[in-house]
Amino acid sequence: MKRYLVLADGTIYQGTGFGAAKATVGELVFNTGMSGYQESITDQSYNGEILMFTYPLIGNYGINRDDHESIKPTCKGVVVHEVARRASNWRSEMSLDDYLKQNQIPGITDIDTRAVTKHIREKGAMKATIVDEVLPDTVERLKVTELGTAVVAESSTNNAYPNPSTGPNVVVVDFGLKHSILRELAKRNCNLTVLPYNTTASEIMALNPDGVMLTNGPGDPKDVPSALPMIREIEKQIPLFGICLGHQLFALANGANTFKMKFGHRGFNHPVREIATGRIDFTSQNHGYAVDRDSLAATDLMVTHEEINDGTVEGLRHREYAAFSVQYHPDAAPGPHDADHIFDEFIELMAAHQVARKGSKFNA
Amino acid sequence: MPKRTDIHKILVIGSGPIIIGQAAEFDYSGTQACLALKELDYEVVLVNSNPATIMTDKEVADQVYLEPITLEFVSQILRKERPDAILPTLGGQQGLNMAMELSKSGILDELNIELLGTKLSAIDQAEDREQFKDLMEQLGEPVPASGIAHTVAEALAFADDSGYPVIVRPAFTMGGTGGGIAETEAELRTIAENGLALSPVTQVLIEQSIAGYKEIEFEVMRDAADNAMVVCNMENFDPVGIHTGDSIVYAPVQTLADREVQMLRDAALKIIRALKIEGGCNVQLALDPNSFKYYIIEVNPRVSRSSALASKATGYPIAKMAAKIAVGLHLDEIKNPVTGTTYAEFEPALDYVVCKIPRWPFDKFTKADRRLGTQMKATGEVMAIGRNIEEATLKAVRSLEIGVHHVEEPALRTVSDDDLSDKLIHAQDDRLFYLAEAIRRGYPITDLAELTKINVFFLDKLLHIVEIERALATHVDDLETLTTAKRNGFADATVADYWHETPAAIRQFRQRHQLEPVYKMVDTCAGEFESTTPYYYGTYEQENESVVSERPSVLVLGSGPIRIGQGVEFDYATVHSVKAIQKAGYEAIIMNSNPETVSTDFSVSDKLYFEPLTLEDVLNVIELERPVGVIVQFGGQTAINLAQPLADHGVKILGTSVTDVDRAEDRDEFDKVIKALRIPQPAGDTASDEATALQIADKLGYPVLVRPSYVLGGRAMEIVKKRADLDHYMHNAVKVSHDHPVLIDRYLVGKECEVDAICDGQTVLIPGIMEHIERAGVHSGDSMAVYPPQSLSAAVQKQIVTYTKQLALTLNCVGMMNIQFVIHDEQVYVIEVNPRASRTVPFLSKVTGISMAQVATRVILGESLHQQGYHDGLAPVSRLVHVKAPVFSFSKLNRVDSLLGPEMKSTGEVMGSDQTMAKALYKAFEAAKLHVPSHGNVLFTVRDDDKPEALKLAQRFHALGYQLLATAGTAKYLQAHALPVVVVDKIDTGEHDLLHQMEAGEIQVVVNTVSDEEQAADDGALIRNTSIAHGIPLFTALDTVAAILQVRESQSFVTQAL
Repeated sequence: MKRYLVLADGTIYQGTGFGAAKATVGELVFNTGMSGYQESITDQSYNGEILMFTYPLIGNYGINRDDHESIKPTCKGVVVHEVARRASNWRSEMSLDDYLKQNQIPGITDIDTRAVTKHIREKGAMKATIVDEVLPDTVERLKVTELGTAVVAESSTNNAYPNPSTGPNVVVVDFGLKHSILRELAKRNCNLTVLPYNTTASEIMALNPDGVMLTNGPGDPKDVPSALPMIREIEKQIPLFGICLGHQLFALANGANTFKMKFGHRGFNHPVREIATGRIDFTSQNHGYAVDRDSLAATDLMVTHEEINDGTVEGLRHREYAAFSVQYHPDAAPGPHDADHIFDEFIELMAAHQVARKGSKFNA
Repeated sequence: MPKRTDIHKILVIGSGPIIIGQAAEFDYSGTQACLALKELDYEVVLVNSNPATIMTDKEVADQVYLEPITLEFVSQILRKERPDAILPTLGGQQGLNMAMELSKSGILDELNIELLGTKLSAIDQAEDREQFKDLMEQLGEPVPASGIAHTVAEALAFADDSGYPVIVRPAFTMGGTGGGIAETEAELRTIAENGLALSPVTQVLIEQSIAGYKEIEFEVMRDAADNAMVVCNMENFDPVGIHTGDSIVYAPVQTLADREVQMLRDAALKIIRALKIEGGCNVQLALDPNSFKYYIIEVNPRVSRSSALASKATGYPIAKMAAKIAVGLHLDEIKNPVTGTTYAEFEPALDYVVCKIPRWPFDKFTKADRRLGTQMKATGEVMAIGRNIEEATLKAVRSLEIGVHHVEEPALRTVSDDDLSDKLIHAQDDRLFYLAEAIRRGYPITDLAELTKINVFFLDKLLHIVEIERALATHVDDLETLTTAKRNGFADATVADYWHETPAAIRQFRQRHQLEPVYKMVDTCAGEFESTTPYYYGTYEQENESVVSERPSVLVLGSGPIRIGQGVEFDYATVHSVKAIQKAGYEAIIMNSNPETVSTDFSVSDKLYFEPLTLEDVLNVIELERPVGVIVQFGGQTAINLAQPLADHGVKILGTSVTDVDRAEDRDEFDKVIKALRIPQPAGDTASDEATALQIADKLGYPVLVRPSYVLGGRAMEIVKKRADLDHYMHNAVKVSHDHPVLIDRYLVGKECEVDAICDGQTVLIPGIMEHIERAGVHSGDSMAVYPPQSLSAAVQKQIVTYTKQLALTLNCVGMMNIQFVIHDEQVYVIEVNPRASRTVPFLSKVTGISMAQVATRVILGESLHQQGYHDGLAPVSRLVHVKAPVFSFSKLNRVDSLLGPEMKSTGEVMGSDQTMAKALYKAFEAAKLHVPSHGNVLFTVRDDDKPEALKLAQRFHALGYQLLATAGTAKYLQAHALPVVVVDKIDTGEHDLLHQMEAGEIQVVVNTVSDEEQAADDGALIRNTSIAHGIPLFTALDTVAAILQVRESQSFVTQAL
């Protein structure tokens, strides 16, 4: 069945439909990972976005039970060069096509994804729609369509829930979290309480945590102003660790600025240097916004990590408080595990901090 | 850290001659490394014995030593050059082994020379099976249960415990030499014995078999700051059990979920860090298809064969980066040369699929054991890039040049089902074709997966191809079906088969409907960053990225996969042609399909199209690029064969015209030329059927030399002594037809020699004459050759020059030609004219200092020889004597007869140069690892014709103090001529028979000229095989024996009793 990928600048690509048979609108972005489509599709940070893979064969190993990064995927569409005819892997439970149908996500295949990628590289990420028919007004309607700004609210949990263990008490503020963050913390025995994105500082402190984790999530950090006073309050008191959107919110809360990148970083071959040691890790990334380096001058934040190719700010630390953040995903999934030591640093920070604080009782 | 300033001069060790398992990829990596070091202003000294390489060009290093890579010669070079360091990790296993030997000899400590890249301890840890196992245990990385055996008994004891099958891997050999899978005790006995003999440390690893696991490779890099990264991962189509060099390989991995990929990536990085390698490393892993269980199979602590493939597959120049890292640079300090904007610390992202298929020599070695296992047998490989697996696979298949343009071998249509399933289970080189046939016959792919352990994912791709075939058959002239077929890699010729059309008609149909390929860039980053790499592959999609420049361009066709008869020599010539084109101000475009070579390094040409060398694919590029013309002279028979069809499509062939090429290659046309010139040639004729062949031979008189027309490397060429043999040959060796006639010539016994000449239409430059050491009858590619000639009279040389000039001018040669002569009773006969560059171009270029391919290219582009400063006739000869010697890979190929004959069998070559013939010969023998000790036992077993001559040689051995041994018949003859000879027991006569003596190391030299057909009872082939298996110098041509005697005699004093 013919289907079309229409871009806001009027470019039209013809392909074949798969997944859910419905039209969709979103921001078209590309991901360069050669594996890990299941993790990416289920990553809430793609909420509102149409996800295109640059690797041409997607679906080769099917969809399995274990590699979901959220319960309900929220990306708006999937664009591939070729969706697998037949998936083959011992863990595979269904095809990508079936999974997208089940989750009401439309897909389009037989697209020259390299051509589209180069187009976005030159023109920047832009609004796009996947439709079965291109009408005279399709482009115009796309242009005037406002993409939602409430993506964090959609992706975040509505209710608090625990993930009990015996280690440090960590409150996870969910802006659209990837399960991998919970997995990494759980691996380190953290006793987790996950709270909605709009939780206040006092609600958090009422749980007397040893540390707070600000998760990843979709969209523009400036659309989540409610988080900023919470962060400003928490960072003064207990260790705070932000990832991705959490990192951007941490920067905004401390007076820095963020900007929309031309086409973002989505993939997992981004080399990131830890400035203090020179150590380089290959990192998993998924972000369309970044922290403006120049805006940091007037703040108490210092740059700890940077992408070695384009110099993007990849990590920040507060000069006075036990608070830090990284733009990339040390939780990987998909992608390399090079940076998972960052989680150990968070645990160590909480351990160091508890000495100075009453009421804490965990053994790191 | 910036580059090291405490070292200034670096010795790079090359990989020596091309053998199976160690091939052209090391010319590519070595060349890259030398150039990278020079770029950093180090003084580079290179030692390599292989003249057929770009690496040994003067410009590549500051000092190039074309000398044997042996302790003796490398030590001498070290003493003379006093380098600060040695870089041994880019010359394959040869480079590493040499470094180990140098270190053990103490010379590195004595001269205070450092090893760069990989420490000796790491080499040991990776290559010594015991230490490797220990290291893996320490790291917590699983290895298959295994035991080290130093004797056959130990090997058997392990297998008794672990159960069969087991895998045998000899220590310190490359390409899996001597290894294998043993299903039974008897098999284990044979394989272990062989493996122990081949291992320089008499050690084999016996391993629990994990056959059937997915075989995965990671190419990783690390720098001194402990930054480590993966350049490329690859998944073998063939599961564990078949050597990765003999496996079809895809990049990147296809059936692994990210969790599996990352698990294996972690393991690979952990290993390179533990080994503290500064440079590149290759890690091979086996992954259970049904769990997360995996094993580490092997680690190569150096740039490997797979590194070349990974470099070409990703665009990331591993060897160049490895060399820079070895001298202290960090990955985040080196710019990624592909993007120019990012750093070398970058894991490439692919947005295409790469397929590698090995190229095996079984088309030439028809009697060889084609079964694949843990010992590599391929001589070369092809790579193809596509946007899906079907496309990459089919492009790779048609790049193989094995007479098919699709995964279909018509001969298989008639094989029985039993035979079919046998061939599926016991993989041969052609299993892919058997699989396709099985699918066509309706075997369910799940059953095939069960039988072969090949992942059903890959089999489904073959099924898809078969489905498209069916659709084509039922949808003739349907554009949509054709589009699907083209997007999945089908050749026009395949579509033509189903539509009962000609490929040209399909092409026209396609073009009428604007169904044409586009070219996409290989940029390491999946389009994320802007790149300027001029490296492209074709596919059927929307956007074309290859922008045609304003400058006039010239297209050079490469020589495709390396096979016996068409080796790295042709890549050498191709690269030089490109250089000359660039110097002449044109844009040089290369097309080639071989990932191992320098020519497919995107920095060599202005534009590289990594594409199959078929008419369709070449025309596609030409139609886009519109070059001034195409040069076909340097790409061996691959390119020459395309000349006529390209010309038929209106393409301008530069240099010698297609008509004149045909005049040289077509027997009847050539006869007219040579008769008109009154140049003598052995009487002969052409036959299109058996009866005519016999008639011609009867008229000429036996022996006759027979061969199919249009072949390279003497494929299926034989000297036939009697009528019955000719009858047998015509029925079995060739498929004779009107289009493919057979040439029959009188066989003249005599000295053979050859020339390469360059002609511009007026002037004929002959850089040199090469005299063959072995008489006519041994293929020129298998002969030792000496320059300048040592025994040709002035009159003969004059005749050669005259005939060469006459032929070049009459054939209107523009560019290169090669002529082979035989000298019979002081008369020169022409036996063959090749209107193209030959395999001797690099050797002759190096010894004469005339860069022949460049001179010829300039001629082709219109600059006369005079304008280039060259004169008519034979160029002045060099002061030194240079000997080229062939190198064989018989130890890798079971059941291939090593007896030299008119069919070429060697895989590579070495060269020795010195002031005297004897010294040059010595070096050539040493470089070829044909080391004859100064005393010991020489075994003679020769056929009747050879006995008088063998007697003279035996007398010379005797005079030097060697003890003579001979089989009964030969012994009787020698004894009758008063030589003391020990008669050896016949084979199979017990503990002390000949083979046991050979195995026990009691025989140092074997001279054997008995062919199978003549005296099967004498077990000629068995003796030869045993010599090869035990590394005993083996001579099957008496002229070679005379040469080695000349060497030994020059090194000995005469001891004569009064």
